[in-house]
Amino acid sequence: MKKYYLPLGLIGLLVVLTGASWLGFFSDYIQTVIMLVGINIIVTASLNLVNGYMGEFSVGHAGFMAVGAYISTIFTTRVIPHFVLGTPLIPTGLYAPDVTAWAENPAAHLVFPVVLLIGGLGAAIAGLVVAIPSFKIRGDYLAIITLAVNYIVKSSFENTQALGGSRGITGIPKLSTVPWVFFWAVVSLWAMRNFILSNYGRGVVAIREDEIAAGLMSVNTRRTKILGFCISSFFAGIGGGLLAHLLLYINPSTFSILKSVEALAMVYLGGMSSISGSILGAIAYTGLAEALRPLRLWKWVVIPLILIFLMLFRREGIMGGREFKFLLPKEEVKGYAAASD
Amino acid sequence: MPLLQINNLTHYFGGLKAVDNFRVEIEQGSIVGLIGPNGAGKSTIFNLISGLYKPTEGQILFDGSNLVGLPPHEIASRGVGRTFQNLRLFNDLTVLSNVKIAQYSQANYGLADAFIRTRRFLKKEKEIEERSYELLKTLGIDSYAHQLAKNLSYGDQRRVELARALALKPKLLLLDEPTAGMSPAEMIAMTELIEQVKEEFDLTIFLIEHRMRVVMGICERVLAIDFGAIIGEGTPDEIRNNPRVIKAYLGEEVVM
Repeated sequence: MKKYYLPLGLIGLLVVLTGASWLGFFSDYIQTVIMLVGINIIVTASLNLVNGYMGEFSVGHAGFMAVGAYISTIFTTRVIPHFVLGTPLIPTGLYAPDVTAWAENPAAHLVFPVVLLIGGLGAAIAGLVVAIPSFKIRGDYLAIITLAVNYIVKSSFENTQALGGSRGITGIPKLSTVPWVFFWAVVSLWAMRNFILSNYGRGVVAIREDEIAAGLMSVNTRRTKILGFCISSFFAGIGGGLLAHLLLYINPSTFSILKSVEALAMVYLGGMSSISGSILGAIAYTGLAEALRPLRLWKWVVIPLILIFLMLFRREGIMGGREFKFLLPKEEVKGYAAASD
Repeated sequence: MPLLQINNLTHYFGGLKAVDNFRVEIEQGSIVGLIGPNGAGKSTIFNLISGLYKPTEGQILFDGSNLVGLPPHEIASRGVGRTFQNLRLFNDLTVLSNVKIAQYSQANYGLADAFIRTRRFLKKEKEIEERSYELLKTLGIDSYAHQLAKNLSYGDQRRVELARALALKPKLLLLDEPTAGMSPAEMIAMTELIEQVKEEFDLTIFLIEHRMRVVMGICERVLAIDFGAIIGEGTPDEIRNNPRVIKAYLGEEVVM
């Protein structure tokens, strides 16, 4: 019976969140915040895979979110409307035609996951392109490289007039809904947790602990690092795609270095190398950012201050590498509990 | 054919000749010792065998194929296990995880199996777990399975390192000063343990050791090197009486 608690709990949560949204108990604003939390959970956990579990330091996560967001948006605002509505693939003139009509068909919500997957795969390929040269050399070059990549991605979209240049893409159909975001958050966390608890995950963690010893203990370190980075990028791309279809408008600045820093803040707030921490970090950060909205720009003084205090008084973040037991499969609980208590 | 055959192995660090025309033949099932003063190049030879450095020159034939140029993980999966002079455990992981990691190349499931925890995945993981416990039991440290490696006593950490090396299913075990920093009692226990696992796992052992008592006790044949070059070879007794070895390794004053 106990093994069904987690799935039952998740279904219950899904029903409550979706029901309350559809019945109008949650305003549009509350729904948006709930979806932002879900997206941030995906993004945080995926960054934690690289910065926490693997012990590398990526600072350009938003670059991969951008790739996922733009690719999925190209499909929902250009490619699909072109075939369904006959709108041009590359709109000319200042005002783009309204392309959202196709998304009014309920079937559009079933096409959406496919589009997101394509976006995620695109981001994973971008991750592969970054990872192959970066992991050729041992050391801390990843921070510099990912920083550069974030700028390259942003500037490339800024200079691509076919994608709206720095004005970005408007009129994105609203396909991110509470149940879909919930579904993706659960699936992403489930997949990443299982990856971490597998042989591959053990390799990733061994690399963090001692890369040379890992290699001498038969871990193919380079391949494992590339794989981990690609998976991280994939889920960043999914998060980016969901965000685009929630905000309904993206431009290159949406995915500036500030977005990457936000992701880092959520990882550190929640705690490195912890899925549970990623969930709490994303909830706490998103909640805080919304709660402090009345402070306007002072928010960006208060939030970094909170981070500084966190580093001073609880460096390991909320969870500090531990996991909630209910998130672990039963055969793993014992090892985790003993190791972290 | 010997299990390990090294021919004219030479390695330079910049202009420094760390290993000079080293050669050795190690037969299946034997224990060969490697001795020499600090900085003689012993660990460098181990690092060359396990692929951490690429030799400037020479051949390392293991089980009939040349290891030179292969990455460390490939050499490890082919059956060369090793321990380190200064322990290199995964300190912040449990003892059990340490041993599981060394079975990395033996897990035969794919990424998809891992993502959705298929039956194949669960079966293999169970196998890995059971085998890890068995190894820990053999080395008498199974009660620490869920402790973090760094929290164990020094002697037990050495045992974890040995268990981890054995988890690779090695044919050849390279032990780099397995009794360094141990008390005489721990040293004797470790020596016995090495002989025990050698029999139990059908191993061939190449061993670096500073303590003559250990070398004399368990090695069938000993190689002595200084400045990267072989200065003596033979049975422990022959080495003990070799004037060049005595001069290089034990100093001018003979105290044995």
